[in-house]
Amino acid sequence: MSLIAASGLTKRFGEFIAVDGISFEVRSGEVFGFLGPNGAGKSSTMRMIGCVSHANAGHLQILGMDPIQQGAAIRARLGVVPQMDNLDEELSVAQNLFVYGRYFDLSKAVLRPRIAELLEFVQLTERADDRVEPLSGGMKRRLTIARALISQPEVLLLDEPTTGLDPQARHVVWERLGTLKRRGVTQVLTTHYMDEAEQLCDRLVVMDKGKIVAEGSPRELIERYSTREVVELRANEMVAVLSAGLADLLQKNNSTTAGALYERTEELPDRVLVYTNSSEQLLAHLGDIHPDSVLVRRSTLEDVFLSLTGRTLVD
Amino acid sequence: MTQAVPSSSTAPYTSSVQRTPLAPSTKQAVEYWLTTYRRNWKGSVLTSFLSPVLFLAAMGLGLGSLIDAEVTSPNHLSGLDYLDFLAPGLLAGNAMLLAVNESTYPVLGGFKWYRTYTAMAASPLEGKQILLGHFVYMAFRVALASFVFLGVMAAFGSVGSPLAVLAPIAAVLCGMAFATPTAALVATRTQADNFSTFTRFVIMPMFLFSGTFYPVSQLPVVLEQIAWLTPVWHGVRLCRALCTGDNVDWTLVGHAAYLVALIFVGIAAARYTFARRLYE
Repeated sequence: MSLIAASGLTKRFGEFIAVDGISFEVRSGEVFGFLGPNGAGKSSTMRMIGCVSHANAGHLQILGMDPIQQGAAIRARLGVVPQMDNLDEELSVAQNLFVYGRYFDLSKAVLRPRIAELLEFVQLTERADDRVEPLSGGMKRRLTIARALISQPEVLLLDEPTTGLDPQARHVVWERLGTLKRRGVTQVLTTHYMDEAEQLCDRLVVMDKGKIVAEGSPRELIERYSTREVVELRANEMVAVLSAGLADLLQKNNSTTAGALYERTEELPDRVLVYTNSSEQLLAHLGDIHPDSVLVRRSTLEDVFLSLTGRTLVD
Repeated sequence: MTQAVPSSSTAPYTSSVQRTPLAPSTKQAVEYWLTTYRRNWKGSVLTSFLSPVLFLAAMGLGLGSLIDAEVTSPNHLSGLDYLDFLAPGLLAGNAMLLAVNESTYPVLGGFKWYRTYTAMAASPLEGKQILLGHFVYMAFRVALASFVFLGVMAAFGSVGSPLAVLAPIAAVLCGMAFATPTAALVATRTQADNFSTFTRFVIMPMFLFSGTFYPVSQLPVVLEQIAWLTPVWHGVRLCRALCTGDNVDWTLVGHAAYLVALIFVGIAAARYTFARRLYE
C-alpha cells in the first residue's frame, strides 16, 4: 500500500524551480530516501509532504488525503524532524516533549508514560529535567526525534537527520532509526550522505536540480550505474597524465584481454576514479602508470551520483 | 530500550486507539507560551510592580506637587490631582509599551531564532491558531501587568471609582490594538534592525503626546487631532474615566469599539502575513 504518492510535483519560488515535476511513491513500512546535494530540492519536497508548503503543480496524496484540503488531519499523523532543531532551549527535555504532545491534543495521562518511554528510547532519561540548551548536538537531535514520535506517527519525516553530527552521534541516530524501522514505522528521509542512504534506505530516489535522476534500492542503483569495484589512483598534480595513461591502456588492451580493463574513469582534482569489475586485472596492467597511491574499494552511491551527474554529492 | 516507542512490539503503533479525536486548538498554542512564562514570571511581575511605583512616586508625587501648587483653574486637569490624572494615563501607556515589546522580538524569534512557530506548524495546529495562541498570551501578559499597576495605584490612593477594576481590561484593549498590527508587520521582516527605531520614533511619541502626561487640548490643534487617531489616546480616555469615575458616558463605548476594530484589523493582517511566512 502506498502511503504517499506524488506525480508531477512542482514547487517554484518566483522564477526558480526548486522541485521540477517529480513522481514517487512511499510504501507502508519502508524507509524511503531522497539523496542529493544541497539545493537539489529535497527539503522543498519534504515541506510539501509535511503539509507546510503548497505545490504549484502536480498531484500529491498523503495517507489517502489531500494536503491542501486536509493538512491538519495529515499532520496529525506525521512526525517531523526538521533540518534545523527547533526545540525550546530554555525548557527542559521533558517539557519540550510535553508541550509538543499538547499540540496534538494528547492528554497529560497519555503523555506522561509516553515521555518516559521515549526518553528511554533516545537515551535521555537522565537528562529529563535538564534544560535543553547545554545538551550536545547529538542529544538535541535525538530529542527532536523523540519529539516527532510523541504522537505515534504513521510516517516519520526526517530532513537531513544527521547533518552536523559527529560520527559517533550519527551512528547512535542511525541505530535508533533502524530500531524504528524494524518496528514497522515508515520513514521518509533526505540526506546528502551516501553512507546514510545506504545504511538506512530500502529505496531511494537520487535528486539533482529539482529532478529525480534515478530510483531504486541502494544495491540496484549501484549495480545499474556503477561497477563492482572502484580503483582510486591518487596523484596530487599529475591527474591529467594519469587519465591519458589510462586511456592509452584501454586502447592497447581492449583487443588482447577478454573484457575491457575498466568501464570508465572520473577525474577529480586529486585523483582518478577507475570503474572496473576486476581491480586485479587492472592493477596488473597498470604498467608505466605510477600514481602516488592506489586504493581499491566497493562502489557506493556517491559513485552512482557521480556517474549520473558528473558531480560529487558534498562539495 | 526495546519497550520504547510503540505500545506493542510487533505491530507498528498505527492501530493505537487515541488517534482519531484530535482537536488541536488555540488553547494548546497558549499553553506553550504559558509554559515558557512559568520560568520567568517572578521577574516579570516584579518589573510590572516596580515600574509604576517608580513612575507614580517620581512624577505623580514629585512633579505632581509642583503642578498641583501651580494649577489654579479647576478645568486644567478636570479638577484632578496630577497623580490621579497621570496614573490612568500611564496604565494605558505601559500596556502599549509592553504589548509592542511582546509583539516585536518574540514574533520575529518565532519565525527566525527559536522557530517556535515553525515547530507548531509541523503539528496539526493551523496558522490561525498559532498566531491567536500568541496573541492570547500577549493579552494575558498585559492584563497581569495592568492589574499589578492598578494595585499600585490603589496603594498610592489614586483610584477614585469602583469602575477602576475594568481599567486593566481597557488597558488590554489598548495594548492589543498595538500588538496585533505590530505582529502582522513583524512577520514580514527578516531583520530586527528597525525595531528600536519603530519604538523610538513611532511608539514613544504616542506615549508622550497622547494625553498620558497632560490633556491633549494643551497641544496645537493639528497635533491634538493626530492624537485622536492614535489607539493610545482612546486607551488613556477609557482608563482615566474608569479610574476616576468622571466622564463615564457612552463615548467610552466608542473608544472601546475603536480599539476592538483595530485589534480585528491587526488579526486579519497577521493571518495573511503569518500564512505567507509559514507556508511559503
